[in-house]
Amino acid sequence: MNKPLRDTDLVPDDDGGPLYAAGRKIYPQRVSGSFRRIKWILMAVCLGIYYFLPFVRWNRGLGAPDQAVLIDLANNRFYFFFIELWPQEIYYFTGLLIVAAITLFLMNALGGRVWCGYLCPQTVWTDLFFAVERLIEGDRRERMRKAAEGWSLQRGAELVLKHSIWLMIAWWTGGAWVLYFADAPTLIKELVTFQAPMVAYIWIGILTFTTYTLAGFMREQVCVYMCPWPRIQAALTDEWALNVTYKYDRGETRTSLKKAAQARALGEQVGDCVDCNQCVAVCPTGIDIRNGPQLDCIQCGLCIDACDNVMTKIGRPTRLIGYDNDINIHRRMEGKPEVFKPLRARTVVYSALIAGIGAIMLYALLNRSLLDLNVLHDRNPVAVRLSDGSIRNGYTIRFLNKRGFDRVVAVDVDGPPNAVIHVVGADSITPDRPMIILARDATTELRVLVDSRPYSEDELAPSTPVKFHVTDIGLGEVASAKDVFVKP
Amino acid sequence: MADHAHHAEIDKVTGTSTTGHEWDGIKELNTPLPRWWIWTFYACIVWSLGYFLVYPAWPLVNGYTTGFFNYSSRAELAVDLAKLDVVRGDKMAALAAAPLGDIEKNPALLALARAKGKVVFGDNCAACHGSGGAGAKGYPNLNDDDWLWGGTLEQIEKTILYGARSGHDDAHLGNMPSFGKDGLLTKDQIITVANYVRSLSGLSTRPGTDLAAGKQIFAENCSSCHGDEAKGNTELGAPNLTDRIWLYGSDEATLIDTLTNGRGGVMPAWNERLDPATIKAMAVYVHSLGGGK
Ligand code: SF4
Ligand code: SF4
Repeated sequence: MNKPLRDTDLVPDDDGGPLYAAGRKIYPQRVSGSFRRIKWILMAVCLGIYYFLPFVRWNRGLGAPDQAVLIDLANNRFYFFFIELWPQEIYYFTGLLIVAAITLFLMNALGGRVWCGYLCPQTVWTDLFFAVERLIEGDRRERMRKAAEGWSLQRGAELVLKHSIWLMIAWWTGGAWVLYFADAPTLIKELVTFQAPMVAYIWIGILTFTTYTLAGFMREQVCVYMCPWPRIQAALTDEWALNVTYKYDRGETRTSLKKAAQARALGEQVGDCVDCNQCVAVCPTGIDIRNGPQLDCIQCGLCIDACDNVMTKIGRPTRLIGYDNDINIHRRMEGKPEVFKPLRARTVVYSALIAGIGAIMLYALLNRSLLDLNVLHDRNPVAVRLSDGSIRNGYTIRFLNKRGFDRVVAVDVDGPPNAVIHVVGADSITPDRPMIILARDATTELRVLVDSRPYSEDELAPSTPVKFHVTDIGLGEVASAKDVFVKP
Repeated sequence: MADHAHHAEIDKVTGTSTTGHEWDGIKELNTPLPRWWIWTFYACIVWSLGYFLVYPAWPLVNGYTTGFFNYSSRAELAVDLAKLDVVRGDKMAALAAAPLGDIEKNPALLALARAKGKVVFGDNCAACHGSGGAGAKGYPNLNDDDWLWGGTLEQIEKTILYGARSGHDDAHLGNMPSFGKDGLLTKDQIITVANYVRSLSGLSTRPGTDLAAGKQIFAENCSSCHGDEAKGNTELGAPNLTDRIWLYGSDEATLIDTLTNGRGGVMPAWNERLDPATIKAMAVYVHSLGGGK
């Protein structure tokens, strides 16, 4: 735990030790400064994207959804602006997740848990909820006073107002979520007229509940007890990573402003920290950063702003708390200049990995085929002898047409001698060259038979490679797939 | 060594109380769980009791508690299956209404018939014909182009509907007589005609066989069913003896056995077990296996 537990915090069990600890209510104080501003901007950007992205339109032609970002579960399609992904292409998501993970590592190697402090949804929504709370109940002191005072009519009204706004934000959060899974304007219409599918209401309910609970009540408890990242991060960080750090070389020893002035007048060495506890008051996880780096610190930088304000007021240099590391603290104590090394083996490797995987994914995306086929050889029987002695192999071929229009393709086969191909249900224009129509943006599964008339038994090997080609008659696009042709 | 005296105390460095456990001078700090965590845990235990009550759960001496609300996953499955039938109703109705010959020209109906046919085939026909229709000795391979009773869609449908020698009034009839057992042909005549039949599809014959005599015997005894050219007759289920496909085998011993004891496999009539649309689907499925005419 952050603050040392006092005996009174603990409920003793038989052993004399506490079994559980009651949560400590934290009243973070309002603060202003550069990090607070960055946080406001990032919050606006993140929430803006989250809440409004479903309404962005993207023209994909007739019959295709015109929503820029859409996860179409019913039809197994994922749309992201100009990209349309099929379930077979789920590896792009794998790639994205890998890139995201390495990006997290890179951020961590450079600036510690910057993710936690600025971008994590838990942080962003909690911050928003804090803002609402402050607006209605007032700042830290006021809230603490009101909590201690107990009930009054005005207090009740405030609480009702606060929770209503919280619930509205939470509900809007759930509402925005479901809009990613269906055409947003249509779904909104359906939602208000109670025509929407049950699962939409259920998901809105779930997200309303989780947002309200996690951002309104659990808050720092999520970061401290539920989230695995602080634990993983501790194993991934190194001594060069810049973390929010109290520069004890400058701050200690702490004294009051008056004593510090007196001491300085006498030419004595004193620290810059005036022990005003501002850094503690603003901390959303309620910790004292001056105790050193700790798991509960989400690296939000608010204590930096708080302390900077104090330092400015007392006329001392700012950044008594700042992004720093222990190496520099020790270097300063030894009188050496500070060094920052953003270019280190791990940051270079992480960046190279991100660039490499990103390039591979981009290449694959730009070169992915919009016509494709998968071949499955019959297993039972693997081959059939026909009455005239020919040998027949059966295949099930799945044709994929990822274009937004129907197209006519011809199916050809290379491989066994004198091969003749039949497609069950095909429309043939020329004999031996079956033509099929592939519906737009869909797969078509057909049974394909290949006959071979060997001149003699020995002419055909037990297994001959075959290659199927599909050719788009209009566009000339070709795709092919390999399999084998076997003897009975 | 562990100090078994459990005296919690406040650790001076961290200010946290210890659990009172000590190993080799290292004391364990007490970092208690948050209260909400404990309550969530208790709530889960209470919640789980609900499962004991609602679901069939507790084993009894010869049975189990059935739970409240008569919940049963079997009943749930039945409901789901009924729903599925409703969902598929339109498609199956379309299949039932479509003329047999048009189904293969309609990609949606073809896909439906093949999917449905495959499942029904697996449940009903695979026991004899194999899961992919590959057949076995005495059970025709449905993937080749040789058909005892005809390989058009209509002929296949009829065979499935009424079967062969099934006892149904409309069933295919026709038996291979037992020429040996019934004394219609002598042993030597059987050997001669068997070798003659082998020669029809280009197979080797026993040295010294009088093929002209064999041809004579064939013309007198066999051509009424198998035809003068031995090309078979789908009306009677008489196989083509000149091609490369043999239901029971083409070696001399098998042919002698066939001639001596006769053949007459039975295929059941499915019209009473399966509805017409399902049989239609199956006919299309079998036809699309590749050998259909
Ligand atoms: S210690 Fe500072 S950076 Fe860490 S969580 Fe608290 S306010 Fe944010
Ligand atoms: S805000 Fe700065 S001066 Fe005040 S207690 Fe924190 S570190 Fe010391």
